[in-house]
Amino acid sequence: MNNRYDVVVIGGGPAGLASAIAARQNGAKSVLIIERDKELGGILNQCIHNGFGLHHFKEELTGPEYAGKYIDEVDKTDIDILLDTMVIEITPDKMVYCSSSIHGYLMIQAKSIILNMGCRERTRGAIAIPGTRASGVFTAGAAQRYVNIEGYMPGKRVVILGSGDIGLIMARRMTLEGAKVLAVVEVMPYSNGLNRNIVQCLHDYDIPLYLSHTITDIVGKSRVEKVVVSKVDENRNPIEGTEMEFDCDCVLLSVGLIPENELSNALGIEMDPRTHGPIVYENMETSMEGVFASGNVVHVHDLVDFVSLESETAGMGAGRYVSNGEVSKNRFVRTINGDNISYVVPQYIRKDNVEKSVELSFRVRRPTQQVNIVVKDGDTIIAKFKKEHVIPSEMEKISIPKILLEKADKELVVSIEEDA
Amino acid sequence: MYDCIIIGAGISGCSLAFELSKYSGKVLWLEKNNDVADETTKANSAIIHAGYDPEPNTLMAKYNIWGNKIIPSLCKDLDVPCKNIGSLVVGFSEEDDRTIEMLYKRGVQNGVENQRIIKQPELSVMEPNLNSDCTSALYAPSACIINPWQFAIALSEVAIQNGVELRLNEEVTSIKKDGDIFIVNDTYKAPLVVNCAGVMCDHVTGLIKKPDYKITPNKGEYYLLDKSQGNMVHHVIFQCPTKIGKGVLVAPTVDGNLIVGPTSTNTDADDYSTTSAGLKIIRENAVKSVPNMKLQENIRTFAGLRARSDTKDFIIGEDKDIHNFFLIAGMASPGLSSASAIALDIVRMMQEKDYFLNLKKNYVSTRKVVRFKEMSHEQRKEYIEKHPEYGRIICRCETISEGEILDAIRRSPKPVSLDGIKRRCNAGMGRCQSGFCGPRVQEILANELGVSQLDIVLDKNGSYILCGRTKENGDE
Repeated sequence: MNNRYDVVVIGGGPAGLASAIAARQNGAKSVLIIERDKELGGILNQCIHNGFGLHHFKEELTGPEYAGKYIDEVDKTDIDILLDTMVIEITPDKMVYCSSSIHGYLMIQAKSIILNMGCRERTRGAIAIPGTRASGVFTAGAAQRYVNIEGYMPGKRVVILGSGDIGLIMARRMTLEGAKVLAVVEVMPYSNGLNRNIVQCLHDYDIPLYLSHTITDIVGKSRVEKVVVSKVDENRNPIEGTEMEFDCDCVLLSVGLIPENELSNALGIEMDPRTHGPIVYENMETSMEGVFASGNVVHVHDLVDFVSLESETAGMGAGRYVSNGEVSKNRFVRTINGDNISYVVPQYIRKDNVEKSVELSFRVRRPTQQVNIVVKDGDTIIAKFKKEHVIPSEMEKISIPKILLEKADKELVVSIEEDA
Repeated sequence: MYDCIIIGAGISGCSLAFELSKYSGKVLWLEKNNDVADETTKANSAIIHAGYDPEPNTLMAKYNIWGNKIIPSLCKDLDVPCKNIGSLVVGFSEEDDRTIEMLYKRGVQNGVENQRIIKQPELSVMEPNLNSDCTSALYAPSACIINPWQFAIALSEVAIQNGVELRLNEEVTSIKKDGDIFIVNDTYKAPLVVNCAGVMCDHVTGLIKKPDYKITPNKGEYYLLDKSQGNMVHHVIFQCPTKIGKGVLVAPTVDGNLIVGPTSTNTDADDYSTTSAGLKIIRENAVKSVPNMKLQENIRTFAGLRARSDTKDFIIGEDKDIHNFFLIAGMASPGLSSASAIALDIVRMMQEKDYFLNLKKNYVSTRKVVRFKEMSHEQRKEYIEKHPEYGRIICRCETISEGEILDAIRRSPKPVSLDGIKRRCNAGMGRCQSGFCGPRVQEILANELGVSQLDIVLDKNGSYILCGRTKENGDE
């Protein structure tokens, strides 16, 4: 432990672990991971279900197993780790201020920084559900921590709002722990979770999923006693007369995740309002030279495998930055939302910095069948990919070979075209 | 035997306990909840009004002006966040202009200092995000924003240090009189009783006589927006009251959030629910003042109750029938702005009756709290070396350290709920609304209180958070 590092990684979850290893392997001589929890692994530690690692390790792992593989790798290196330490501020001259009861208040000078802070859950407040302030309303992730890490039950009769993956996983988890999950309520006409989770977590346990419904009132003086659920119209407004009541003592919210960018905002890097994350280049460098970002802090992923992959890119970028210096910005293209696309990452691609190909990650706005993913610059078609179906809850990835990328001049417009 | 019994530990009771505690005399203080400041004081607009709003020659006018003058320095002494940012009542029409003119004159009559009417373009310079259709505004520079519950808690902490005996979870259910002595709950005796029971004041008066006033709880709902919206305005922005309603206000909070509300509907004394209809009214009205604000950046909605009296004014002083039974009742807006002044006046009234005449020799009147967030990098380094628990950040959104949480728990009155800790040191106040820190705070609180985590409540008694261990049904 010293106070100068080539690369400082903010966050020791899956993104931080992968980017630290990659940075060390690609030119960084000293790397430090700063993690606010008492252990490495981030949110994976409470994800005790399996289904992780199918893409990356070609086997089905639990969250802690997946994290464990990376932690073992880090242990084999000379990467320094600060646990139970919270980064308070990062300044543009790459000073990292962090605080810990064990190590005190530290001021660390980095040559390069990788932002790997992950994301947090949207709360009741964010969607302004009316009703009393009774206890018994939790975000699904908070409930997951109670059940899986601390061994406490947050409720016995449960209604889950939102069909995001954590909500679905918790429907099964609470059921297995002896609670009765009365309903999963989703405001959209389709689920926001992975299809395999709908099947394995709801169908297999006969838990009803109410699509195009929402909670319109939470009732209970001191503890939740019931919720009122209403059908919504196509503009997501509750339809009067469709109210159903569920007697429950617990409401779990799985209503979306938001990249946690307090440090990034204070640092002053450019943000993308579509992703709520930093704008990044092809190597995951942000608008501030030498500051990189990857994983859920950039855009919310569905699969940790892709967080790892993206973070390897960021780590490699940081490693090369400290050994080779700045990347030329002479020839770059922007990525743009076309039809039925809600965002594309990376936002900028410096063509000279692409070796073989560049990966584009994006999400669609609405579910669509039999599509072509088309990448264009003006009228020039750069690439075209056929796909059976696309849905908002599944992040799409395409790879553009360098040779095709060279055809693009200014921008890459990604759009979804339905097969005629 | 006590010298005085105070009923209720909202801002009125806290202010009075604080003032009385400086004098020799035994004070007993009863509160039905498990904490102070847990009703109206914790859910309001958090504003110390300038004083142009109340009708001239009312108690509201008198105490508001007086309170506005003394609260900022009181907050300084007690280390309570209070910022003198001034307020604007904005107008969009000729009718509004007449209202602003009327409020200005009222302000002059009430004794509001330095207020003036502002026109465009000055208005847009002061508030660039204000609707450009605003034509004029009443500017009252003396208005402040405050953290109302921390104010009440600070007052109570000092009162207790000075010897006031606070009994929480003690609802007053009977008041009798034996000669000159009141007997409360068949146990506690004193020659003086002060009823500052908020929305329950008429009920408490009813324990000793047929009440000659009625309190109607009137609910106000609010949005509290994320700090990303906190710089939207720099003053408290009121709309002109019209025939339809008082309009909604938009104001920064002392913590840097944006508060938007309130509505106004009569309800029951325990109804703190927000409603679709109420929230819709706020959304529709707020954008009239500040069109660019992002209501989707909301972090919490809440509701508070105004203790509105049918006398349409505060009811302050000795009851006209019951000798030595004092009232601080009808404390609707501007109650928060007035409570400190009222407390001084009640002490004066008691002194006229030869009670609480002698100042204690070494009474405490100040308080200090350590806030990690407010320190410089160097101060933090130095402080954490001596107090390592201030180095562990528990609440990430608000940057609140374990040291601050422990300090909050070790003070008296001791918090017993997550919200009690939130009110004292802001842990859980931020954008994740205690999603991350809630379980941590719960653990710290359980350890400090020497109870199981299962026993920790969210706020009031009965608001349990957890309902058992996992695997409890394993043997069935």
